[in-house]
Amino acid sequence: MELTLWTYEGPPHVGAMRIAASMEGVHYVLHAPQGDTYADLLFTMIERRGRRPPVTYTTFQARDLGGDTAELVKRSIAQAVERFQPEALLVGESCTAELIQDQPGALAMGMGFGDLPIVSLELPAYSKKENWGAAETFYQLVRSLLKNQLPAPGTPKPSPQRWKEEGRRPRVNLLGPTLLGFRCRDDVREITRLLAERGVDVAVTAPLGARPDDLMRIPTADANVCLYPEVAASVCSWLERSCGMVTIKTVPIGIAATEAFLAELEQILGLEPEGGAGAGSAAAGLGERASRLPWYSRSVDSTYLTGKRVFVFGDATHAVAAARIASKELGFEVVGLGSYSREQAREVRAAAKELGLEALITDDYLAVEQAMTEAAPELVLGTQMERHSAKRLGIPCAVISTPLHVQDVPARYSPQMGWEGANVIFDAWVHPLMMGLEEHLIGMFRHDFEFVDGHRSHLGDGAPVAPPAAEPVHGAAAVQMGPSRSEPAATATLLAEPVTETVAEVGVAAAGVPIWTPDGEAELHKIPFFVRGKVRRNTEAFATERGVARIDAETLYDAKAHFSR
Amino acid sequence: MVLSPTTWSEPLAQPSQTEVAQNEEAQSTAAGPATGQPEIRRETGQREVFCGLTSIVWLHRRMPDAFFLVVGSRTCAHLVQSAAGVMIFAEPRFGTAILGERDLAGLADANEELDRLVGDLLERRPEIRTLFLVGSCPSEVIKLDLAKAAERLTHSHRGRVRVLNYSGSGIETTFTQGEDQALMALLPLMPASDEEQLLIVGTLADGVEDRFMALFARMGLPVVRSLPPRRSTELPPVGKGTRVLLAQPFLSATARALVHRGAQLIEAPYPFGVEGSASWMAAAAAAFGIPAEAVAAVLDPLVERGRRALAPHRERLEGKRLFLLPDSQMEIPLARFLSRECGMELVEVGVPYLDRQLMAAELALLPAGTPICEGQDVELQLERVRSERPDLVVCGLGLANPLEAEGIATKWSIELVFSPIHGCDQAGDLAELFARPLHRRGLLAFS
Repeated sequence: MELTLWTYEGPPHVGAMRIAASMEGVHYVLHAPQGDTYADLLFTMIERRGRRPPVTYTTFQARDLGGDTAELVKRSIAQAVERFQPEALLVGESCTAELIQDQPGALAMGMGFGDLPIVSLELPAYSKKENWGAAETFYQLVRSLLKNQLPAPGTPKPSPQRWKEEGRRPRVNLLGPTLLGFRCRDDVREITRLLAERGVDVAVTAPLGARPDDLMRIPTADANVCLYPEVAASVCSWLERSCGMVTIKTVPIGIAATEAFLAELEQILGLEPEGGAGAGSAAAGLGERASRLPWYSRSVDSTYLTGKRVFVFGDATHAVAAARIASKELGFEVVGLGSYSREQAREVRAAAKELGLEALITDDYLAVEQAMTEAAPELVLGTQMERHSAKRLGIPCAVISTPLHVQDVPARYSPQMGWEGANVIFDAWVHPLMMGLEEHLIGMFRHDFEFVDGHRSHLGDGAPVAPPAAEPVHGAAAVQMGPSRSEPAATATLLAEPVTETVAEVGVAAAGVPIWTPDGEAELHKIPFFVRGKVRRNTEAFATERGVARIDAETLYDAKAHFSR
Repeated sequence: MVLSPTTWSEPLAQPSQTEVAQNEEAQSTAAGPATGQPEIRRETGQREVFCGLTSIVWLHRRMPDAFFLVVGSRTCAHLVQSAAGVMIFAEPRFGTAILGERDLAGLADANEELDRLVGDLLERRPEIRTLFLVGSCPSEVIKLDLAKAAERLTHSHRGRVRVLNYSGSGIETTFTQGEDQALMALLPLMPASDEEQLLIVGTLADGVEDRFMALFARMGLPVVRSLPPRRSTELPPVGKGTRVLLAQPFLSATARALVHRGAQLIEAPYPFGVEGSASWMAAAAAAFGIPAEAVAAVLDPLVERGRRALAPHRERLEGKRLFLLPDSQMEIPLARFLSRECGMELVEVGVPYLDRQLMAAELALLPAGTPICEGQDVELQLERVRSERPDLVVCGLGLANPLEAEGIATKWSIELVFSPIHGCDQAGDLAELFARPLHRRGLLAFS
């Protein structure tokens, strides 16, 4: 028994629903009590689907338990088949039905539906979770649809380069995209385009948008692309074992990964490198031309990204990819990496080790929040839950992974994979950071007169005439501050510096605190307001250390020289 | 007795609200459908409703010193977080003890595990005064005795927290029935007292409740209390002097249990809309023999203002055809409000279950021959929706977008259990909830 206040993954039958709802022509009869129909809203509200997921629930109640629930199951199956005329039927049970052991799958098999493919799903609800349920369902469905066309044992594996002899373009399957997956809809479009540019066709994309007949065409492709290992790893490995199909395993999220993906594709399919034989992999360096991320990351404006502390948590695929992009492609420092995907824990551990970290593998969001707090990051890349934890801690956050929120299904084209995915990622991760920094600056300088009334309008409501009473000394010099406010060089200097302290106002008569002379104060006010607080603090610390009681312009420059060493 | 020159409810502006409602019920039953009794039909099949666990979402807000621990599966946890939406991101006072394979293998272990987990939880949340163990489908099926567990845990955490239990399982409860069961769990702890009091039963938004309290005080009602209370430990007493006024239409078991403890049930329509709210308050006042003038002095201005607030929404809703799918158990009172005060035409009123006694006053107010459907076969019901093409369908979140995609305007029913909609002052807002989808459709133009 474990206490859960919130969970990253639903039960395994929700994973099965994701497969059924992603496809066309598949219906799922779910033996489940009244109330389990809540899962429909995941699709209709979060994904904004304009149709109900193709699921018939038996919705049994206590009074049914006294009678014959098996009859109820059979009635539900019969009605569903008649009403929806599915091309393949999934039959399974939710956690409660698992306990009453009606064996709905076996019941369905015995109902005489002729050629209708029926897949009996056994998804242990008390030990497994949503992604496992999705992977198992996808695997069982593919397996049962292909069982009659498997090559005999001992048949030589088909070559992934046979397209050359067959005089056609090479083709691959894109396996794993589903509803309620992170940006799957747009990733499929991006990767399909990327493949087309290399002259590779997509034979089948599944489960998203596929029909059972499409699944039966899977073996006609030259290789499988395992786009989302959480959902497709088991089916890909089965297709390798039973049909001899090769799997392209690189997940193309980020510049390097997209290049590696293309290189793996070229190598497996035996594609001619662009620019002719001997030109080396066409993919190398392609990202520089195809995506804006590399240049944006090198441009001077990005200097302030250097060494930003980043905490990463999500499903294994997106977390590992995020850690790599963060450290190699944006120049961040990854200070925490974790995942709730226990099935892919090994990959996450390996990625963490490379970064000198120990991976956090947990489905307890409080443990994640704890680790996040301890890591003291400046940016969090996580799920919606980390977004909320980060908000509490005042840290900017970008969402990189499921579980899905309605905001994670944007109207615009917004892939994570491929070149455009890298562009999207640059924007999505850097913008909250800018906002965060802006907010931080406002907090830091809220005592400065420029911020007294919040942001001042540029419409010319006049220069601030009356400086706040609490800071009478600042007033006189402040009016001359205008020009240096927008000095870009100064901005860059500041931005490169991690700002961790807040402004502490000088207590006028506090014992032991040095006093600013009018001359010193005037000099201080020539310094741009956004670094002034830091300079003030440093100078005071310098003065205190040396027992200087009065800070004049000279003390200020002495301190400047001291700190610039 | 005429309560006021501007009567707010013709059928109920009578000496005894209770008698009238009963008489009307009796008459219409005797006379048959033609003279006002709605036509009631039962349907069985797939039910597209939440289970009782969902009511935790508003109950935990009502009693900030209580914690609701569902003893169930990952499905239960996922359901509650899906229904709670963003509320989950605040420090939630609800959680799930997820049963694992080992708990299923041996109930002895399950009990030990539960004790350990409750111990940990209480250590982390010392502010909790009442812990509800909430039974679920799996805990009911494996017959995990939560009553016994609650007793045991109350004993071991004596003086700090009391542990209660109830079932919110889908095999026994639908959606709002969860609150009924939670109140039932509190009932044995309510002290006995014959003191005269009005007891408002059912969770109201705090602001709405304050308003009702103020209005009843203005009418001259001496003692008004409510169940559930805002602090779980400050339970109202119950006894012969208690008159129960139901604020929510889904509290059948609680109402009967309170009557069993000596309380009298005030029969009235529910406080939705101007008419319902005014009749509801008037019925309470009548039960305490408050003079009609005093009641009218308070209600008349409210009624007048409420009607004014309603008017613009009525313009949008009048003559529009309404189909309510079963969900929150508030369907009949809402149908009454929308037809009588907003001029909507009722195509079908679906309810998860029909408690004729608690609905007597409401049924009497529905137009003759209103089709009521108890239970659900969602596929058949949707077929009727498609063939009737109503102007507005009230339904759950699972069905709303699919119906919108078919060109049918919808209003999600879950909003109705989270929004302050009770009382004359809220009547305009309540009507607006239904008028908004129609208004929005009128606004949007893409060509």
